[in-house]
Amino acid sequence: MNLKRTLENIENQFEMFQILNEEGEIVNEDFMPDLSDEDLKEIMRRMVYTRILDQRSIALNRQGRLGFYAPTAGQEASQLGSQFALEKEDFILPGYRDVPQLIWHGLPLYQAFLFSRGHHKGNQMPEGVNAVSPQIIIGAQITQTAGVGLGYKKRGENAVAITYTGDGGASQGDFYEGINFAGAFGAQAIFVVQNNRFAISVPVEKQSAAQTIAQKAVAAGIEGIQVDGMDVLAVYAATKDARERAVNGEGPTLIETLTYRYGPHTMAGDDPTRYRTEDEDNEWEKKDPIVRFRKFLEAKGLWSEEEENELIEKTKEEIKAAVKEADNTPKQTVTDLIGIMHEELPSNLKEQMEEYKEKESK
Amino acid sequence: MAQMTMIQAITDAMRTELKNDENVLVFGEDVGQNGGVFRATEGLQKEFGEDRVFDTPLAESGIGGMSIGLALTGFRPVPEIQFFGFVYEVMDAISGQMARYRYRSGGTRPMPITVRSPFGGGVHTPELHADSLEGLMAQQPGLRVVIPSNPYDAKGLLISSIRNNDPVIFLEHMKLYRSFREEVPEEEYTVDLDKAAVKREGTDVTLVAYGAMVHSSLKAAEELEKDGISAEVIDLRTVSPVDYETILESVKKTNRAVVVQEAQKQAGIAANVVSEIQEKAILHLEAPVLRVAAPDTVYAFTQAEEVWLPNHNTIVEKVNDVMNF
Ligand SMILES: Cc1ncc(C[n+]2csc(CCOP(=O)(O)OP(=O)(O)O)c2C)c(N)n1
Ligand SMILES: [Mg+2]
Repeated sequence: MNLKRTLENIENQFEMFQILNEEGEIVNEDFMPDLSDEDLKEIMRRMVYTRILDQRSIALNRQGRLGFYAPTAGQEASQLGSQFALEKEDFILPGYRDVPQLIWHGLPLYQAFLFSRGHHKGNQMPEGVNAVSPQIIIGAQITQTAGVGLGYKKRGENAVAITYTGDGGASQGDFYEGINFAGAFGAQAIFVVQNNRFAISVPVEKQSAAQTIAQKAVAAGIEGIQVDGMDVLAVYAATKDARERAVNGEGPTLIETLTYRYGPHTMAGDDPTRYRTEDEDNEWEKKDPIVRFRKFLEAKGLWSEEEENELIEKTKEEIKAAVKEADNTPKQTVTDLIGIMHEELPSNLKEQMEEYKEKESK
Repeated sequence: MAQMTMIQAITDAMRTELKNDENVLVFGEDVGQNGGVFRATEGLQKEFGEDRVFDTPLAESGIGGMSIGLALTGFRPVPEIQFFGFVYEVMDAISGQMARYRYRSGGTRPMPITVRSPFGGGVHTPELHADSLEGLMAQQPGLRVVIPSNPYDAKGLLISSIRNNDPVIFLEHMKLYRSFREEVPEEEYTVDLDKAAVKREGTDVTLVAYGAMVHSSLKAAEELEKDGISAEVIDLRTVSPVDYETILESVKKTNRAVVVQEAQKQAGIAANVVSEIQEKAILHLEAPVLRVAAPDTVYAFTQAEEVWLPNHNTIVEKVNDVMNF
């Protein structure tokens, strides 16, 4: 009847998994993933590209040239390390902050900008890109992931469903239902919780009495792991492993990544100084995923400042071109909206279609 | 008297009731330390402590259910749903539970809960933030639905809602939060629930509206006046139950009516208002009662929002239709 000890035993088992420490040194050789030098460089390129994209997106938003935007700086290892472990046929169900994963899974950048601007074309995944547009309702994607993962299992696909939410999202009923359903049905699914310590202003300590989010896997009877979310190799290795087990019929996995968002929650007026200290910001910036990975690559002679600068310039050009392409997309109309409501227009919308066609032709 | 925006008036109402009644509790996502994403609860945690004003875990269903439990223990909860598009997450707690508790318990379990929530279009929010979902709430017997259109009413109506022993869904149009200031008494006062207000008197046509559409209707009335059409504008303030007495009195005078809502034509509450007018005043009508509403799609993607939403021009058009019938 020592209930306290039972709980402590469970909690103590969820220790943070790390491969690369803050100095860029391998501390967990046994789990070093089998990645070629070219793969390692590609991971770095993606992280740098995404950091620049974040900076430019913030600037564009301030100029009124982008709409809704949730900054990503700080979370690159969590977002891109997990995405890099996927195959093209895997299905992503992202949250609103997870646009980078979509881009690396095949969503053209100009469409990501259209999503931000509120245009339905931003939500249309190109043929062959297995993903849905970012979910705004926190948690809704999690139960859907159990469904995609079960669908894949039923069809005998060699693929997984992966979803992303935050520390706040792990409080939603949908989160518990999603991991529980996935466990009950053996869905081929991976649930990533990016624990960046805050849900807008609310610190993770106020979300739950549980010491870790990873331990919530226990109640669902699935495997769970807490990962250093600033260590791209650890996130990659954990996701790769989860993917393998999922497609081998060994069940779903919950991955908690410990990370931080450097910027505001979104660009719509959030002021982090109201709820975080500068000390905390500084402490986390020391753990930066790009700094740490750069050190690692430089030590291996795989990366140089020139290479990075070249990449930054190229990235900026690509962003510029994508903004232009978004600008050139015909503006959203109400008849577009009516047209995408149903396969066959019901009578009320037929009438309204005519009404708006006339208005728009003026 | 002080000049206040609607959001300041709302904060002031909560402050007043937190002071008046120790059973009042204010909580929700980000309402504590951060003072709410719109600053509706700014300073309240500091003033009343974390026991009375607090952040919750991120789960609307939990917020709704916990409110019911707190009401069962004698508290008077004022939970916030951060944006009303998230109401789907808490539909069971609101419509399946709190609306029916008094009834289910044979009249013995009151639910003095005021669910506050921002909604409304025109401020470029992402999906499921701006939707006008008051119609869903109005369809549920047992709920009162209140939508203020100005700072003065917001404070008085919110105090009345918090003091009411039945559940109130108190919806705050985001576009009105800071769009203008007006004189609001610093002392406490109430505005009656279930009572509409005549915002402008007129003789030719009655415009019935609520929320931000009250202002669009007033603007339309000004334009119509230039063409010699005198429009009366009614602000419903409580959209469920509707104050039909005020509407019918007006329609019997003007003999024409247009009902204006931001919600889609198939949603909202305009259809109810039209039905009641024709049931009770058909012999007074010179023209069919028309509706101004958004088209029957899901809420517009942001880029088309301005065209999708009704505005004073669409109201003027419909009024001309009833005048020329
Ligand atoms: C159902 C629902 N409730 C509330 C919100 C408003 N909201 C948007 S983001 C957010 C905090 C989310 O925090 P977390 O899950 O930790 O993710 P993060 O933003 O930190 O990436 C909240 C409360 C929402 N979008 N959906
Ligand atoms: Mg978070």
